[in-house]
Amino acid sequence: MASLNDYLLVSGLLFAIGLAGVVLRRNIIVVFMCLELMLSAANLSLVAFSRFNTVNGLPDYKGQMLVFFVITVAAAEVAVGLAIIVALYRARQTIHTDELASLKG
Amino acid sequence: MPSYLFWLFSTIMLIGGCAVIAFRNPVSSAMSVVTCFVGLAGLFIGLSAFFVGVIQILVYTGAVMVLFLFIIMLLDLTDEQKRAKGFAPLAAGLSLVIAFLVQLIGILSNTPDKVAPPLDAATLAGAATHFSQGGIATALKDGRLPDVQLIGQTLFTGYNLPLQILGVLLLVATVGVVALSKKQAE
Repeated sequence: MASLNDYLLVSGLLFAIGLAGVVLRRNIIVVFMCLELMLSAANLSLVAFSRFNTVNGLPDYKGQMLVFFVITVAAAEVAVGLAIIVALYRARQTIHTDELASLKG
Repeated sequence: MPSYLFWLFSTIMLIGGCAVIAFRNPVSSAMSVVTCFVGLAGLFIGLSAFFVGVIQILVYTGAVMVLFLFIIMLLDLTDEQKRAKGFAPLAAGLSLVIAFLVQLIGILSNTPDKVAPPLDAATLAGAATHFSQGGIATALKDGRLPDVQLIGQTLFTGYNLPLQILGVLLLVATVGVVALSKKQAE
């Protein structure tokens, strides 16, 4: 049986992979996918905490409530974000973050 | 969950995550995200969070990633060309990630570890005394974990107002997406 720290380590590694993707990749869609990875890494920690802290012998379902809300908000965020990306592509014909430099001083 | 299953699903998840960054083609990246989320759903189910595991598959790999693929198709993207990126951004990004990992390992090595409390038939039957009647108590007495019923009960008793607000949020997101993707007037 894996211990709590194993789950937290795996969750942290997934978060680090997502962070690396957000910082290193230049395609804004891939950056967005890596944001989803980071959200999911947080979800893994929450579910692990929920399972390892039992209330009356059952997993603490408050943690899983938060996961439920995070998943729903993430789905809404994806819909809005992708619409923004499509609008961006219409305006600029590119989705590479290097070429989107109009806010650069 | 047996230890080897934990490591199997973790490996699937982490390899999928690394492949997202490694692939140049966005469609391959999206497929790697799907692999990653399947591994993650396996971990959720191993943690006895059956509902969250199924939701992870349905919402993320089913809806969100299909939306991503649809947008990739709509934008007609080609492979990201190899371009001279410069050393500085790469080094800055990697050092950020390495600093995060060092901090993570530093914290985890100082955290007291915890093994999972048992979730066997005896514990579940003991937990049944906290539920007066209905399907939850019956299932618990039978030694099953009525995951969906428990989540439903928590959601609709303790978290009713946030649930309503979430519905409003989804409505606002839908309206916003329609407004954003409408063709701009010339």
